[in-house]
Amino acid sequence: MTLDRAVTWVLRAWAGVVFTFVFIPIIFSLVFSFNSQRFPTIPLGEFSTQWYQTILADPDVWQAALTSIIVAVCTSVLATFLGFCTAYSDYRYNFRFKGAYLALILLPPTIPLIIMALAMLAWFSRIGASGEVWSIIAAHTVLTAPFAMAIIRLRLNQMDENLEAAAWNLGASEWATMRHVVLPFCKPAIISAACLCAAVSFDEFAIAWFVSGLNKTVPVVILEIVTGNIDPQVNAIGTFVFLTSMTLVVAAQLLFLARTARGTKQGAGT
Amino acid sequence: MSEPLLLFDNVVKRFGDFVAVKRMNLEIGKGEFIAIMGPSGCGKTTTLRMLAGLESPSEGEIRLDGRVMNNVKPHERDTPMVWQSLALFPFLNARENVEFGLKMRGLDAATRHQKALTWLDRLGMSEFAERDISTLSGGQKQRVALARSLVTEPQILLLDEPLSALDAHLVIRMQSVLTNLQRELGITFVYVTHSQSEAFAMADRVVIMSNGEVAQVGQPKDIYRAPANRFVAEFVGRNNIISGKVKSASKGKAVIDAPSGSYTVTADAMPKPGAEATFVISADLVRVTGSKPKAENAVAARLISEEFIGSVVTLFLESGDGTEFKVQVQERELATLDLKSAELLWLSWPAASAHLLPGG
Repeated sequence: MTLDRAVTWVLRAWAGVVFTFVFIPIIFSLVFSFNSQRFPTIPLGEFSTQWYQTILADPDVWQAALTSIIVAVCTSVLATFLGFCTAYSDYRYNFRFKGAYLALILLPPTIPLIIMALAMLAWFSRIGASGEVWSIIAAHTVLTAPFAMAIIRLRLNQMDENLEAAAWNLGASEWATMRHVVLPFCKPAIISAACLCAAVSFDEFAIAWFVSGLNKTVPVVILEIVTGNIDPQVNAIGTFVFLTSMTLVVAAQLLFLARTARGTKQGAGT
Repeated sequence: MSEPLLLFDNVVKRFGDFVAVKRMNLEIGKGEFIAIMGPSGCGKTTTLRMLAGLESPSEGEIRLDGRVMNNVKPHERDTPMVWQSLALFPFLNARENVEFGLKMRGLDAATRHQKALTWLDRLGMSEFAERDISTLSGGQKQRVALARSLVTEPQILLLDEPLSALDAHLVIRMQSVLTNLQRELGITFVYVTHSQSEAFAMADRVVIMSNGEVAQVGQPKDIYRAPANRFVAEFVGRNNIISGKVKSASKGKAVIDAPSGSYTVTADAMPKPGAEATFVISADLVRVTGSKPKAENAVAARLISEEFIGSVVTLFLESGDGTEFKVQVQERELATLDLKSAELLWLSWPAASAHLLPGG
């Protein structure tokens, strides 16, 4: 028993160390964003919202935020749609070269981002589409669709294999079954996937930097600010970006976990 | 039997090289409760899936009310099914589950609502109408699944081992719910099960399947007392199956020489002397006595073990040559027998109780 407890405490401490390591920089960024001093030093200066005022007054930042939001929303819709289609085709059908099909679909996240970004840039300039907002959307969709596919596929795994047949049996055509059974069943996973894709797109820098041209997204603007000089504006923007992404990711997790526990396969118990 | 509602005409179903159903011919009447029973892999579920349109026959025809159903899509037929896994929609509540079939038929919300509630009420579930499926017990889910299938008022209901996941005491309750419903509605029930007690307790007729073939069709009592072949005799259980050679046959009786002794059985078709013959004697038709009785058939056997299942006890005995006998006796009857001290017990039965298997 004492050994068990010791192990539990060691594990808890380890988890604490990991979380500290991950979150300390973010917390520092948050703290310094309210610091009146230009340089991040301790002791801190006075509490101040001047850096927030600066970024809110900067039209470049506003423009970038708008671009980022458009890209994130469009990416999340497109990637979730594609992810759902591939997940469902994998769940429902067996066909030749299915292994190759799935490998191709899941490939993008395994390619180093910088290579993907360069390839995207080369391709887009060839077809005369570099620097457009929609080219960032297309690139981000390629990057995030596999995540959507994985999340929705997991949910489909939990579906009673007879659920669709039960709907047909009750007079629902295949389309009606898709609309009234498969989509409602996958709804939590679909929303969760959409949140996650939006978060990844909102944060993504490498591809956006290469592809965006004049339509800069927020991460690109951040890099431009820090390359010039040390500017606590970055902390303020960073805090915004962090909160947006975290909200999306936490929402995705909550939705996914809440529905995994309840109403999956029909239990056999009484 | 009334005019057949459902007809299997030389139906064959193949999956690649595997033949799941081999040339099935079967008529099912209007308002009949039919049970299809057999060990797993015997083709009973495939038969049911063909009725629902989830599989289509490789050969032959299935006709429902005169209409050939082979290529009718599942959603275009009215053959609702109660699934083994129940397959209730987890994202809908009990009432919405029941309404599903009506919604697909384009009924308006008010009518759907009212019909669903009527059916839930009929199955004693009205207070659970707005409950989430995940909060219902196994028996309650079962009732929702039944209501969901019956709400469209079909001519026929398919049931795929619907009670296999329930506790024993609930199974008995649901059996009476099902038989009562079937009688009140007067619709045809096709009930697939591997459980003999469920099939025999509920069905008007039982179809026994083995390796994709129909081994016997008949009323439960006939199948129990007069199995058509060795497979059925063994599957039905609690039978003593004795094989031997026919010694003589005359006046409706045949004498069969088996390793454990010579037995007289009544026979409709006279077997030829010298032919191989097998007969069955149900364990519950055998008498046990301490001394040799005056009876047409008697054999001495040693008690090996006993299995106590309440009011009935099954005795396992062995005769001199090693043949095993099963005997079922009432527990209170057993008390009058002095089992412990008796070296040998005598088993006896009248010739009329034994059933000669057709075809040896």
